[in-house]
Amino acid sequence: MEIIAVYGTAMVVMAMIFGLFMTWGVGANDLANAMGTSVGAGAVTVKQAIGIAIIFEFLGAVLAGGHVTQTIRKGIIDPTPIISHPEILVFGMLASLLAAAVWLMIASAKGWPVSTTHSIVGAIVGFAIVGIGPEAVKWDKIIKVVFSWIISPAVGGVISFILVMSTRKLILDTDTPLKNAKKYAPFYVFLVGFIISLVTMFKGLKQLNLDLSIGGSIFAAICFGALTGFIGWLFIRNVEAHEDDDRTFQFASVEKVFTPMMLFTACSMAFAHGSNDVANGIGPLAAVVSIVGSGGEVLQKAPLPIWILLIGGAGIILGLITLGYRVMLTVGKKITELTPSRGFCAELAAASTVVIASRTGLPVSTTHILVGAVLGVGLARGLGALDLRVVLNIIISWVVTLPAGGIMAMFFYFTLKGLFS
Amino acid sequence: MKTTSPFANLLRQSPFKPVQQHMRVVSRCVEEIPALFDAMIKKDQKQIDALAAKIGELESEADQIKNVFRLHMPKRVLFAVARRDLLALIQQQDIIADTAEKIGQIVTQRDMEVPESIEEHLLNLVQRTTDICSQAAAMIEQLDELLAVGFGGKQSDLVSEMITKVKRDEHNIDFLIGDLNRALFSIEDQLKPVSVMFWYKLIDLIGEISNQAENMGDRLMLFIAR
Repeated sequence: MEIIAVYGTAMVVMAMIFGLFMTWGVGANDLANAMGTSVGAGAVTVKQAIGIAIIFEFLGAVLAGGHVTQTIRKGIIDPTPIISHPEILVFGMLASLLAAAVWLMIASAKGWPVSTTHSIVGAIVGFAIVGIGPEAVKWDKIIKVVFSWIISPAVGGVISFILVMSTRKLILDTDTPLKNAKKYAPFYVFLVGFIISLVTMFKGLKQLNLDLSIGGSIFAAICFGALTGFIGWLFIRNVEAHEDDDRTFQFASVEKVFTPMMLFTACSMAFAHGSNDVANGIGPLAAVVSIVGSGGEVLQKAPLPIWILLIGGAGIILGLITLGYRVMLTVGKKITELTPSRGFCAELAAASTVVIASRTGLPVSTTHILVGAVLGVGLARGLGALDLRVVLNIIISWVVTLPAGGIMAMFFYFTLKGLFS
Repeated sequence: MKTTSPFANLLRQSPFKPVQQHMRVVSRCVEEIPALFDAMIKKDQKQIDALAAKIGELESEADQIKNVFRLHMPKRVLFAVARRDLLALIQQQDIIADTAEKIGQIVTQRDMEVPESIEEHLLNLVQRTTDICSQAAAMIEQLDELLAVGFGGKQSDLVSEMITKVKRDEHNIDFLIGDLNRALFSIEDQLKPVSVMFWYKLIDLIGEISNQAENMGDRLMLFIAR
């Protein structure tokens, strides 16, 4: 208890610095991947992508980021055994943040496709095992989370497969592809607004003192979807229709209809990312702030202060501006095969999956889900060639990241403990 | 800091682009053949040499594209169509270019005189062969559109019609070759025996082009088969 009273401020400052470091890494990699698709399709420029990211990342974190933050903060470990030693949890959370951030740096330098989510979960579990004891880890919850890492990319893949098939049925494989594209495009944009807002609003806005009923949520989501659909219609109504063109030549025009539509999926990706990945950095930060603020209350009953979400958002934006823009350019250049119509399906599928996971409080990897969604397009025979070695690499780094993050967290935990006592 | 984006590496260049690029070069090879035979009729040796050289250059260009393509076909890549079929397709396209080159070589290495009685038949055959080759190329150009609709639906019906047309034309070309062989046989005694031998060889080679165009159609049929 005395340690917290003496060093409380220093601990909070450290947590803020480590949290910024961690979210910076998230922004530099993860978010850049998510936004790169729209950049590559030519829907938005890098500058516009950064602008969209700033707005929607914050919105995602503030409106829908609470559930995952709770999970990271107190959902996967049970600190009851150390009620009389709250400083252990503070050191642990600081160590976890630092371990995850450092592991992210190492992996990035080596070019390994690791997930920020996996790093932080591995780190927290690693600390809990040595700091509190293996029984403090809520293994049932961990199994759920790990299971969601396998399931979520598959769900993303299935949704994008269905979306790709629907675009074929309704638009591409008809006698008048362009006419149908213009007819159905507002509906697809409606879907973007509808799904994201419905998942977010459905019993999810308690922190804003906004508790909508089922009917109310659906009604509000329809209104929001209709609004986005209308804006989408404004964007695409000017795409010129050459009705006499050969069907084949109309495909290029169909892609032109989908290009502005990817602006909406870019927004939804940033929102989804904000709702899930910001938590990786700020969950531990929130835990430290709560323990120190309450004078050593490890059970953390205090609600999540909005300013912590803002720090998380700021870190991510910083990462995106300093390094992420380069990643976006690289991704954008490399994925020209993902034409707007296919990219739209992949992004909508990925964003929906991530938002659903966020709502359930499951920390998932946006990048992996997007990879799953792209594989879904590939399985619909919509892409010329997909390098499956990437999937193998992901699985390998997935398996390596959990123990690596854990071991580093153990190391930092003992170092911090030694420093402060 | 390197890119850890697994996403960027996931999407490889579509294999259809190099296949189409290759076929365009192959087409240009074959398109020189009618002019080559015109020059033979006019006995313009300079023109013959120039055209044969051009065919040779185009054939090397096609070879280069094929080699690069084959190097970039690793096994653990999920292609929209079977890897085996893609490799076979480009092989068939390449045989067309090789055949055009062989024709060019024979007519430069030997001063082949075109017997007047087969002139018309020969020019007709060569023209029809060029036509079938451009039809095959048009078929290959449809690969992007096929990909857009997942190798099904109306687009595959369209390609399926193109394939049927190629097959029908190949059948007709077989008859033309039969007629030409017959015409050649009737004047055999008036020609030098070795010349006759090479004329049969040339006709065979010209026939090989339409055969390969048909094979390409068969291969494409596998792409759209459900």
